[in-house]
Amino acid sequence: MRTYLLKRFAMTVLVLVLVIVYLTLLVHVVPGDPAKSLLGPRANPDLIAKTRAAMDLDKPVLVQVGNAVWKILHGSFGTDVFTGRSINELVGSALPHTLILAWVSLGLAVVIGVPLGVYSATHPDSWLDRITAVISISCITIPSYVGGLFLLLLFAVKFKVMPAIGLGEEGNVLDYVTHLILPAVALAITWVGYLARLIRASLLEVLNQTYIRAAMAAGLSPRLIFFKYALKNALIPMVAVLGVGIGNLMAGAVFVELIFSRPGMGTLIYNAIQGRNFPIVRAGVLTVAFLFVAANLLADLAYTYLDPRIQLDKVRG
Amino acid sequence: MQYVARPSSRYQQFLNRIPILGDVLRQPLGALGSVIVLVFMLTVLLAPVLAPYEYAQQDIPSMLQGPSRAHWLGTDHLGRDLLSRIIYGSRIALGVAIPAVGIALAGGVVIGLTAGYAGGIVDDVTLVLLDSVQAFPAVILALVILALLGPSLVNVIIVIGLAWTPGYARITRAQVLSTRQHQYVEVERSLGASQKRVLFLHILPNVVAPLLILAAMDLPVVITFEAGLSFLGLGVRPPTPSWGVVLSDGFNFIRHSPWPITWAGLTLIITTLGFTLFGETLRDVLDPRLSGSRGT
Repeated sequence: MRTYLLKRFAMTVLVLVLVIVYLTLLVHVVPGDPAKSLLGPRANPDLIAKTRAAMDLDKPVLVQVGNAVWKILHGSFGTDVFTGRSINELVGSALPHTLILAWVSLGLAVVIGVPLGVYSATHPDSWLDRITAVISISCITIPSYVGGLFLLLLFAVKFKVMPAIGLGEEGNVLDYVTHLILPAVALAITWVGYLARLIRASLLEVLNQTYIRAAMAAGLSPRLIFFKYALKNALIPMVAVLGVGIGNLMAGAVFVELIFSRPGMGTLIYNAIQGRNFPIVRAGVLTVAFLFVAANLLADLAYTYLDPRIQLDKVRG
Repeated sequence: MQYVARPSSRYQQFLNRIPILGDVLRQPLGALGSVIVLVFMLTVLLAPVLAPYEYAQQDIPSMLQGPSRAHWLGTDHLGRDLLSRIIYGSRIALGVAIPAVGIALAGGVVIGLTAGYAGGIVDDVTLVLLDSVQAFPAVILALVILALLGPSLVNVIIVIGLAWTPGYARITRAQVLSTRQHQYVEVERSLGASQKRVLFLHILPNVVAPLLILAAMDLPVVITFEAGLSFLGLGVRPPTPSWGVVLSDGFNFIRHSPWPITWAGLTLIITTLGFTLFGETLRDVLDPRLSGSRGT
């Protein structure tokens, strides 16, 4: 187990270093000078030279990559050449909004999706099970941007019962929560479907296991069997899926943040891409990639912890 | 006991005659998916016949109208007929999805076969590289690359192909690893068969079936992905009528007309639903071992 952990951790660090290398080399793929495309066609040569120096572009490519890896591994994304602000600060102010959005969406998906899946599994082939199946498949097929647009259209434009854009008044928690509802639901819809189907399938599998039948034969109460033995084991696959889920939700947040004009990592990256501000693109994408990889790693570890029968170092090819 | 022929018996006989599709059509949700996919394919094929107007034909005085006799689904902000734009949009959806999945499939098979069969350092390095590409969520990877390459139909196909390749490579590699352990492969090798023969005659055919199922399941995902990129303005460029472009135009005029968003959104959902139902039923029919993940 310890060998596996060390190997997995080393792989994660290696992958992240490679991601930094890709993102640093990326500016060289763009036709033209990245400093010029950031400053616009009217920028004077002095300013361009200063910006090139600030972006490390005046150094050989290998030095640029080495500097970038060194700085980022020491926790610094550098300074935004446009505003003079620290990029860490920009990421730090955007990240909490995306994390809150992703976690609230995931929470909503669990609260709605798990009971739906449990109901379906405990009433297999009933007409309500079939309706739940259609609802979960339909949820999966609704992309977050379509869900977001429909919610915006219905609740903000047509009935005007929900706020349409922004984060709400600063310092007003209730207003913040009200502004969070539509984006969080838009992002959660797909995951409600995924979780309902996953829980149904894994619960049905667990309920057919011999140990459950043995517990029934021994005369244990159905409630005890269901909650203590069946549901607990059926929820384990969900942990692995949630690890991937939180990363995907952060990526899906790009659409939802833009539709609801919310600040966050999606908006930060999108605006930086539009403005060709590559240092910010690099910092934003790297932060999302880091969280994505970390969530997968944590899910893997939690999976092994929850079910000691899984020996990942033997399973991985 | 008197034998009574059921009204559906002729239909059942018809289904028995079609090997795989018959099994798909026997499932109610599979049949629903098949009908949606069929309607979608017919729309793609017959777009010029079905569309009442040219997709880019403007009629400014009729802009942002609701459904009417002249425009069944209404018009957008330039007075263009929404029905025609959605009908032609199906061509973009399929025109991106098939080549993109094709690129991912081809790239994934080559990488996965090489890594799985070579093993050792080649396999280790390939795994790290695949991990590093998969460290980027697909949307973010696509956003960054499209920002560099510039938005266009071809670039969207390339980006989606690239983002989807690691998934296919991993599955191919896993299949190769499991297939090469089989006794018949070892026997073949001990009889002196060349690497090429073992790889292409024995391992590849075992890899193809699960990959084709995955490709069928990926088509709806890629369709929504393309529409999402076009919605962000990084995919297909206007006036080409991608469903994402129709959604994006509708978003800009959301306070004036709900129709562009409603129709383009519903079309996207129904198409994805159809392909998903069809793909999942096909998977269950072709490989019942995989059906555990299906909730129906």
